[in-house]
Amino acid sequence: MKYLTSTALALAMSAGAAAADGDLVIYHWFEYMPQELLDKFTSETGINVTMDTYDSNEAMLASLKAGGMGTYDVAVPGDYMVKIMVGEGLLDTIGADELANKGNIAAEWADPSFDPGRQHSIPYQWGSTAFAVDTDAYSGDINTTDILFNTPDALKGKINVLDSQGEVLAMAALHMGIPQCSTDRDQLKALNDMLQAAKGDWASFNSDTAKEVLVSGDAAAGMIYDGFSAKAREEKASITYAFPKEGYVVWMDNVVLLKDAPNRENAITFMDFLLEPENIAQVSNYARYGLGVTGAEAYLDPELATLPESNPPADAGEGAFIEVCDEATQAVYDQIWTNLKK
Amino acid sequence: MAGGAPAPGGVASQTFASARNWLLMPSWAVLLVFVAAPVAMMLVYSFLTKEFRGGVIWEFSTGAYDQFFCNRGLFGDEPCQIEWTYINIFWRSIWQAGLATVLSLLIGFPTAYFIATRSEKTRALWVFAITIPYWVNLLIRTVSMKFLLRDQGPLNDLLIGLGLTEDPLRIINTNLAVQLGLYYSYLPFMVLPIYAAVERYNFTLSEAAADLYATKWATLRRIVLPAVKPGIVAGCILVFVPSLGAFLAPDLLGGARNFMIGSLIEEQFKGNAGNWPFGAAASMILLTLVLLVLLVSATQQRRTKGAV
Repeated sequence: MKYLTSTALALAMSAGAAAADGDLVIYHWFEYMPQELLDKFTSETGINVTMDTYDSNEAMLASLKAGGMGTYDVAVPGDYMVKIMVGEGLLDTIGADELANKGNIAAEWADPSFDPGRQHSIPYQWGSTAFAVDTDAYSGDINTTDILFNTPDALKGKINVLDSQGEVLAMAALHMGIPQCSTDRDQLKALNDMLQAAKGDWASFNSDTAKEVLVSGDAAAGMIYDGFSAKAREEKASITYAFPKEGYVVWMDNVVLLKDAPNRENAITFMDFLLEPENIAQVSNYARYGLGVTGAEAYLDPELATLPESNPPADAGEGAFIEVCDEATQAVYDQIWTNLKK
Repeated sequence: MAGGAPAPGGVASQTFASARNWLLMPSWAVLLVFVAAPVAMMLVYSFLTKEFRGGVIWEFSTGAYDQFFCNRGLFGDEPCQIEWTYINIFWRSIWQAGLATVLSLLIGFPTAYFIATRSEKTRALWVFAITIPYWVNLLIRTVSMKFLLRDQGPLNDLLIGLGLTEDPLRIINTNLAVQLGLYYSYLPFMVLPIYAAVERYNFTLSEAAADLYATKWATLRRIVLPAVKPGIVAGCILVFVPSLGAFLAPDLLGGARNFMIGSLIEEQFKGNAGNWPFGAAASMILLTLVLLVLLVSATQQRRTKGAV
C-alpha cells in the first residue's frame, strides 16, 4: 500500500513536472537513439519527448516540406541535407551564446563546409558508407570498388546496394575517379553506361535491410554504413567492412534547430544535453559511430577505439562527403538513377 | 408505376426526399473530402511547375506529362522521341497485377466454392480462417514471406532436405517472389466476394441442369459461372487495383531492382528526385487507367444484365 501511494505520488509529481516544463518533438532516423538516453533527458529536465522516425534524408525533407514544419523542434539530417535545408530556409539560427556547451564541439567538426560556423546544427554522429563483404563467400581483395561495379564472378548476383541515389552515385563517381557533380557529358555518359552494366550483377536495392540481407546470406556483399556493418559482424563474424582504395563516402548526422519549432527553448536544452560528452558517448556506444565532441573518451566503450569499421587501414582511399549539385546537373543525375531502375 | 398509383411529389414523398438527402450527407462529405478533393489536388499539381528538391511553383506547366511521354536524352536537350521508360514501368506493373489476379482467381474460386458448399455452421469457421492472417499487418506478412523464400529459408531447406534440388532455388528477388507476395496479400479480396455470390446461388438450378442431362462442366460454365459473375468481377477488381499500386511486395520480395508504378510515384515524393508534379502526373495516368478498367467492366456487366 505504501508502495502504491508513493508510486502514485511520483507519477503525479512527474506529470506535474512534465506539464510545467513542456514537450520536445524530435524527428529522427530509425534505430539510432537509445531510449535510455531520452529517459535520462526527461528525468533531468522534466521535458516530455516525442520522437517520429524516418528512413532517409530525402523522406525527411519531403515530409517537412509537405506540411511537417511547425510540428517538430529538431531533426537529424546528414551533412549534405543540412546544406540543402539551409538553402530551403527550413532551419533556424542558433544564437552565438545560446548553447552553453558549444565549446565542447571538436575542432575538426566546429566549422564544417555544410554549415560554416555551426549556425544551425551540432554534431551528432559521423561515420562512413562503403560496403561489406562476407569473406566466407569471397576471399579476394575487398578494398576496391570493383566489388560493386566490376563484380568478381564469385559475388555476381549476390550484391545488395543501398536504395539511395546519393550514396550509390557518389560511390560510382569515386569508382570512376570523376567529380560527383560532373558537367562533362562524356563522363556522365560513361557513368550511365558503367552503372547499366554493373546492375546486371546486383541482386537487390535495400537500405533498411542492408544489414539483415548480409547476415541472412541473401547478399554476399552489400553497401552499408560502418556502424551497421559492425553490428552485422557481431551476428556473423565473416562480414568484413571494406575501405576501398578508390575512396569511400563520409557522412555526419547533425542535430538541427528547425524553423517554427514549437518548443524552441527545449530544443536548445536538448542540444546542450547532446553536447555533454557523457550523453553523446551513450549514442556512440549504442550506434557504433564516431562522435564530434571532445572529452568523451572516458565514457566510450573501449572496443570502439579499435573497431575495424571505424579505423581505416593506412592504404585506404580518402573519405568524401556527398556533394550538393545545382539544379541542372542534378537533373542529369536523376535521369541516370531512373535509367538504372527503369 | 402503373396508371393507378398516385402522382409522385406529394408532401410525404417530399419529406422523404429531403430526409434522404440529409441522410446521404455523410457519404457525400466522405466522398468529397477523401475522393474528390485529393484527386482535384493531384490534377492541379500535375500541371504545375516542379520546384527543385520537392514542392511546386504555382505556374502552369505540362512539363510532367512531357517527361512521361517524351524522351529528350540524358541531358534533356534532344528533340522529343517517344519515351518507353515509364510506359515499360506501367506495363510491368499491369502485367504483374494481371498475373496476380489470374492466379488469385484460379485458387480463389475453388476455395470460395468449397466454403459456400459447406454446412452453414462450418462455413462461418472457414471464412473466419481465411481472414485470420489478415489480423497481422501487411508489412509483417510480407517480411515473413521474405524469410520463408530466402536461399537459407525453410522452403529451400525443405527442397534440399527432400533431395529435390542441390543448390537453393533463387526465389527471393525474382518476379516469382513478387507474384507470391501479391497473391498472398490479396487472395481474400478474391475469395470473399465470390463466396458471397456462390452462397446466394440457388443450387437447385444445378440439380435442374443435371436432370436435363447437362454435364458437370456444362453446368459450371453455363449455369454457375454466369450466376456468380458479379462476384468474380468484384474479386478481380479488388485484387487487380491494389496490386497495380503495390510497392511493398516489389520492394521487399523483388529486391526493388526495378521501379513499379507504386515505387516510381513514391520516389517522386520521398526519394532524391523530389518531383511532385511528375508524381502527380503519374498518379493521374494510373487513375485514368484504373477508371478505364472499371468502366469496361461496368459496361460488360450491364450488357450481361441486358441479355438476361
